[in-house]
Amino acid sequence: MTPPRCPPPPRGGAGDIGYYPGCSLAGGAVELDLSIRALARVAGAELREIDDWNCCGATAAHSLNHDLAVALPFRALALAEAQGLGTVLAPCAACFSRLKGTLVRLGRDPGLAERAARLAGLPFQGKVRVVSINGFINGLLADGLAGTLTRPLPGLKAVPYYGCLLSRGEGINEGEDPESPSAMEGAIKAAGCSVLPWNFATECCGGGFSMSKTEAVMDLGGAVLSDAKAAGADLVVVGCPMCHSNLDMRRRGAMPVLYLSELLGLAAGLSPAALGLDRHFTDARTVCAGGRP
Amino acid sequence: MSQGPDADLADAVRDAAGVRVERCYQCGKCTAGCPMARHMDLAPNQIMRLAQTGDPGDREALLRSLAIWCCAGCLTCTQRCPRELDPAAVIDALRELSRREGKVSPRGRRILAFHEAFLASVEHTGRMSEVPLVGLYKLWSGDIFQDLAVAPAMLARGKLPLIPHVIKGRTEIRRIFEACRAKEKA
Amino acid sequence: MSRLGVFVCHCGENIGRTVDCAAVAAAAARFPGVVHSVDYKYMCSDPGQSMIKKAIADLKLTGVVVAACSPRMHERTFRSAAAQAGLNPYLLEMANVREHCSWVHADRAAATAKAVELVRLMVEKTRRDRALRPVRVPVEPTAMVVGGGIAGIQAALDIAAGGKKVVLVESGPSIGGHMARLSETFPTLDCSQCILTPRMVEAASHPNIRLMTYAEVAAVEGFVGNFEVTVRRKARFVDPDKCTGCGDCWNRCPQKRIPSEFDAGLGARRAIYVPFPQAVPNKPVIDAERCTMLKQGKCGLCAKVCPRGAVDFKDRDRLEKVKVGAVVLATGFELWDHASYGEYGGGRLADVIDGFAFERLASASGPTGGAIKRPSDGAEPKTVVFIQCCGSRDEKKGLPYCSKICCMYTAKHAMLYRHKVHDGEATVFYMDIRATGKGYEEFVRRAIDNDGARYVRGRVSRVYRRQDGRLVVKGADTLAGRPVTVLADMVVLADAVRPRRGSERLAQLFGVGYDQHGFYSEAHPKLRPVETAAAGVFLAGACQAPKDIPDAVAQASAAAAKTLGLFSQPQLEREPVIARVNRNLCSHCRSCVHTCPYGAVKDFEVKDRAGSVLKVVAEVNEGLCQGCGTCVAVCRSHCIDLDGFTDEQIHAQIAALEAA
Repeated sequence: MTPPRCPPPPRGGAGDIGYYPGCSLAGGAVELDLSIRALARVAGAELREIDDWNCCGATAAHSLNHDLAVALPFRALALAEAQGLGTVLAPCAACFSRLKGTLVRLGRDPGLAERAARLAGLPFQGKVRVVSINGFINGLLADGLAGTLTRPLPGLKAVPYYGCLLSRGEGINEGEDPESPSAMEGAIKAAGCSVLPWNFATECCGGGFSMSKTEAVMDLGGAVLSDAKAAGADLVVVGCPMCHSNLDMRRRGAMPVLYLSELLGLAAGLSPAALGLDRHFTDARTVCAGGRP
Repeated sequence: MSQGPDADLADAVRDAAGVRVERCYQCGKCTAGCPMARHMDLAPNQIMRLAQTGDPGDREALLRSLAIWCCAGCLTCTQRCPRELDPAAVIDALRELSRREGKVSPRGRRILAFHEAFLASVEHTGRMSEVPLVGLYKLWSGDIFQDLAVAPAMLARGKLPLIPHVIKGRTEIRRIFEACRAKEKA
Repeated sequence: MSRLGVFVCHCGENIGRTVDCAAVAAAAARFPGVVHSVDYKYMCSDPGQSMIKKAIADLKLTGVVVAACSPRMHERTFRSAAAQAGLNPYLLEMANVREHCSWVHADRAAATAKAVELVRLMVEKTRRDRALRPVRVPVEPTAMVVGGGIAGIQAALDIAAGGKKVVLVESGPSIGGHMARLSETFPTLDCSQCILTPRMVEAASHPNIRLMTYAEVAAVEGFVGNFEVTVRRKARFVDPDKCTGCGDCWNRCPQKRIPSEFDAGLGARRAIYVPFPQAVPNKPVIDAERCTMLKQGKCGLCAKVCPRGAVDFKDRDRLEKVKVGAVVLATGFELWDHASYGEYGGGRLADVIDGFAFERLASASGPTGGAIKRPSDGAEPKTVVFIQCCGSRDEKKGLPYCSKICCMYTAKHAMLYRHKVHDGEATVFYMDIRATGKGYEEFVRRAIDNDGARYVRGRVSRVYRRQDGRLVVKGADTLAGRPVTVLADMVVLADAVRPRRGSERLAQLFGVGYDQHGFYSEAHPKLRPVETAAAGVFLAGACQAPKDIPDAVAQASAAAAKTLGLFSQPQLEREPVIARVNRNLCSHCRSCVHTCPYGAVKDFEVKDRAGSVLKVVAEVNEGLCQGCGTCVAVCRSHCIDLDGFTDEQIHAQIAALEAA
């Protein structure tokens, strides 16, 4: 199994994991929120939502205003620190990329840290760790979750789809080869599925262009899914709401696309509805049938 | 920090993105790996080249290009650049300049409208919510009929909350936006 | 009492434009000990040198200061002029008023004042100069060549032809190196083995050359003219004196599937093997890692079938000491391993191969008999993509340099492929075409114009294997300004040229410098391209920088010429700038012994006439000392001084500067 990317999350009291759901998880990616929370409950990990968190700015901020692209995540990080949260889980790959990327840049450039503090009007010491969905789940598995996966899904062939935001960007993925990341593999195998080799694990799906350049998203998402199909996959496993939407909603009907947390949740015996599987555009509940005789 | 239209583009990019475009040796690996290249009017390596020349015509061509709006920010170019440059950050800087100087390509306006709608939603509520985002986008892009069919399905799946979440620190957020805009204009 | 002459050179306008040379000469005339001071347009010219010689003779000068360029330029010129006039050459010094003064200053008055100071310092030094004699050391007129590729073979043959003995040390079982693996060679398309094997045979049979194959340098002692090299002769497990090379053993060895290094893993060899049929010597070795007899004590078939009883499983590595006077390092190169190039498949794709693998596919003696077949399924590839600069010129991979040979061999590969597969398509992705040798540009044009190679200017971002087995090559055409995708059956990567693994350790043994990539450093990039900072150690071939065959051979011949030059005298003359220990003061703290970077300081027992040891002191070996002065600096009892740069001289110079 892939070693966890971060030490197991501390539990209880002051050791709670800060939770930064990000805006999508209240809307388009509601199943990611449901499945993350449900999985945390199963594992006995306490998630404490950062009080009054704001949007990270996503693609829009760094597209239009590089100060804003730093100041918005900075506020969220500063709030987490002020609320005594040492570790922050950002399950959305875009949020993770913005928060972690900002953290890396702040650490590297004291001038930027100073400017960001001025813009946001908040102090920040940099004493927060940001964890992705992969790091979080690998941490839970190492910490005992692996032993509680009572309903594995054998026979299912999955391809891990990291996309851009979980594979590239300076300091995003310490210790991982950005050309062939492996952080999801152990977790998928822990859920009982086999992991297939394929070619599009880190190719772009078109990201935030779902509405504004739909034709590109259709092309790119289509290419991702055809390669998954050619590889013989039954499902695509993702960690990014944009990837999910572009593959599940834009390419409706092609192939089940599950968040890693949904897959682990199923293996932990949680009901598809509790994990939000009934909210997909492409029926994802079929994987349960496929996985369970 | 201020970069008027006469300032050297390479300097402006260096200040904004920390990238020295003159180091680019035009290998083309950025273009080769770019998932959006075929939607662009300038290939990524051409973007880097035009940012090197110092020619006012090239500057104009860059800032008015569709290409800079087509970048998905996937960082494939940055990841693989053999000279360890960051073309994605260069494009971020160019977009900012293009918008500031009112030179956004008409074909890039839909993309700009989306980003602006996104940020407007964040500025007013502290978070992005789908309904105001999509509403503003449609208004500003003129793309009224886009995805009309999707909305009911989203709604049915609990993916389209009708009442946007409003955070307590809205004033703080607005102040951050103003401060960042002030920088932009300075 | 000193009688010094000062000669100020204008160097045309080089010095004269910025420094008032007449004023410098006039000022120097008043320095203590100076009896003669003049300036002249070109001191290094014949009339200039005559002026110096005449003054030495007429005025009975005891020392000379020439204020001119750097001593690196003309010290030798002026010192030999002084010697011709009967003055010990080490009593002539140069004040550098060009590189250290006129070239770096603009203000004439200030530059002139500085030139006066520089002359003053040298006058103070020269007043305290002692006559020195060059150091003479005996020379062992045998050379060692390390590396049996084309460069090492050429160097060995040239030295041998010059009448001197050569020991050729090769780490593999056969000489021949990479050249033996090549199919045809650019730009003439000669068959590589056809032109190489006669040289290999000649090297093996030459009475002046001793081959030591399957051997490595283990330790080096001594110095120029007198090296003692310990060579590890690896266990062959086959007695070469008994073996006739009949081949019974390797034909019977049951280990049939060991990937052949010679064939870039495309062919197989046995555990007892010769790497290729024309190997020299044509005597097998046993691969101890793969032989079941050596590993588990089972089999022994080769020993049973050998008609001469040559197989000896008890063979062990042996150390042998060899005395040589000069060394030529010709350890060559290897290709960078593209396993760390994740975007090109990270070494996991069978049909993404390196240049050597293609050479073996194209070679008539190769695993496919010269037919181009892709490794995965043996099918003839109908589309082949060649990718240049794989690793080279890629700072992200830590290899910013150009590997130099890839443009040419890629053109050759494309050409050979089109010759062999007439309906095949060859696409070459390149960044620049560097075809600067004789006939090279024409060769590349031929590949494009006559043989239909399709050249596309752009780096490839990614190569992956589609489920149907075809390779997707995502490149760019930067001239057209667009991405290009090619579906290929095979991809050939022009992997970067790197020094051989272990080359750094060898450099350290010989005291040779190397750059951050491990390429050996020449003594001067332009004027001493085959010498190293270690006297008596020369370079040949790709161990110094990426090189093609003609360049490697040329450098090998140059290294041989340097070696023969060194051997032309029974004794060796060296500059006498060496450290000297005052035995009376030495307290034998051994600081100098530990710090000397050249191992030149050793213990010396001072004995009385009866031969009993009175005391132990430090002593400097004149042959090894490079005059760096480290021992002088660390000596606690101040008993070491450097001839030509004594403490007294340096202090006098500093004092003169303070007084001024």
